[in-house]
Amino acid sequence: MSDVKINVNSPVEELTPGGTIYEAGNAKCFTTGDWRSIKPVFLSEKCKQCGLCFPVCPENAIPVGKDLKRKDFNYDYCKGCGVCAKTCPFGAIEMKEEGED
Amino acid sequence: MSIRERLSGNEASAVAMRQINPDVVAAFPITPSTEIPQYFSTFVSNGSVDTEFVAVESEHSAMSACIGAEAAGGRAMTATSSNGLALMWEMIYIASSLRLPIVMPLVNRAISGPLNIHNDHSDAMGIRDSGWIMLFSETNQEAYDNLIMAHRIAEHKDVMLPLAVCQDGFITSHSIENIELIEDDKVKEFVGTYQPEHYLLNKKEPIAVGPMDLQAYLFEHKYQQAEAMRNAKKVILEVAKDFEKLTGRKYGLFEEYKTEDAEMIVVCMNSTAGTTKVVVDELREKGIKAGLLKIRVFRPFPVEEVAKALSHAKAIAILDKADSLNGAGGALFQDVTSAMYVNNIHVPAINYVYGIGGRDTTTKHIESVFDDLAEIVKTNTVTNPYRYLGLKKGGNQ
Repeated sequence: MSDVKINVNSPVEELTPGGTIYEAGNAKCFTTGDWRSIKPVFLSEKCKQCGLCFPVCPENAIPVGKDLKRKDFNYDYCKGCGVCAKTCPFGAIEMKEEGED
Repeated sequence: MSIRERLSGNEASAVAMRQINPDVVAAFPITPSTEIPQYFSTFVSNGSVDTEFVAVESEHSAMSACIGAEAAGGRAMTATSSNGLALMWEMIYIASSLRLPIVMPLVNRAISGPLNIHNDHSDAMGIRDSGWIMLFSETNQEAYDNLIMAHRIAEHKDVMLPLAVCQDGFITSHSIENIELIEDDKVKEFVGTYQPEHYLLNKKEPIAVGPMDLQAYLFEHKYQQAEAMRNAKKVILEVAKDFEKLTGRKYGLFEEYKTEDAEMIVVCMNSTAGTTKVVVDELREKGIKAGLLKIRVFRPFPVEEVAKALSHAKAIAILDKADSLNGAGGALFQDVTSAMYVNNIHVPAINYVYGIGGRDTTTKHIESVFDDLAEIVKTNTVTNPYRYLGLKKGGNQ
């Protein structure tokens, strides 16, 4: 993972000319989970570990463990698009309004 | 020994580009700059340059290709005029904001409409706030010399901004003049090789160019551009000093022609300066203290220096070859008068919009300007600061 030190409080002297980013792989520094208005909730008891949900996630926000089983969502990057919920054949992903519990 | 030649302004620009031998030239033809890429493509075909010539389908693509090539780490050039520049407009700002030192001859022509192919500066004035360095050239020689100096200025680490070399369409671009060329090897040595610190084709450093730049950052990046533009003034003078050592030809931010003791000074750019010099000489023979201040560096605008150079005059006339259509005078007039106000110098100043759409401007016209200035000196009053020169209009103007 890259180590971008520039943030919203950086003074002009520390910014790169033209905003050019001199490191690769820094999308990870940008937690797009803030954009989410609806959130997927993982219902593990309904999940059959069929493996259809994680390949369709555009944000790679469904982690898969060494045991090849999917884990709970990574909400730092999940934008709440709902593609996973549509894909799940078992109703194991439920979309809820953000802020609802 | 320099090489004596007879070349048009376009040929001279193309020869300068041959000697610079850029990595990429992407261009689309438009009168009156067409000959520049035309001559240059001949150099490509003859093998006298190593340049990749990209025959694009529009000026928007020409500038886009230059941006890509320059970001990749190459030296990229194009040439255009008038509506070609207008079509580039979106990419003009991308080039300067991404800090890509692209160099472009800009052969000035009126922006349509109505359709006109002849010279005025309305195309150039459209990019005056775009963050491009803008040099203006009185003669073919100056168009050539400015291009030879261009990369050293644009690519300087304290600058990193694109640069346009302006000259008057047809008046200099198509007129053949005696010119002194510098030998190829000397130009190569003077211009040097482009070694950008960061570039896309550097496999050791993957970078992202032109990312999203929202409220937290764009302000600061614009400040950096403004700082780079301020820095350019010093660099332009340093490069001019080296150029003088090479050629003996001296360049500053502007040329002061008989201004030391001048009571009346005309300020203008490009070829009209030549016409004005003739008039200044004639008036001087009659003992009239006339002078000319010819702007070479329009961006960055040399505010303190211009104000100081005009401070001792009793009346000045600023000639704009583009009407800003704003009810407040042309762009050069506004820059000059604002420079003087901020530097606390008050000299009566008038503006003339002249030469629009290639309307001929003769020594008689310039004489009438000095006559008007003499009247202002005598009466110490300015009745109308916003004037026209050579406009066909009934009654008094």
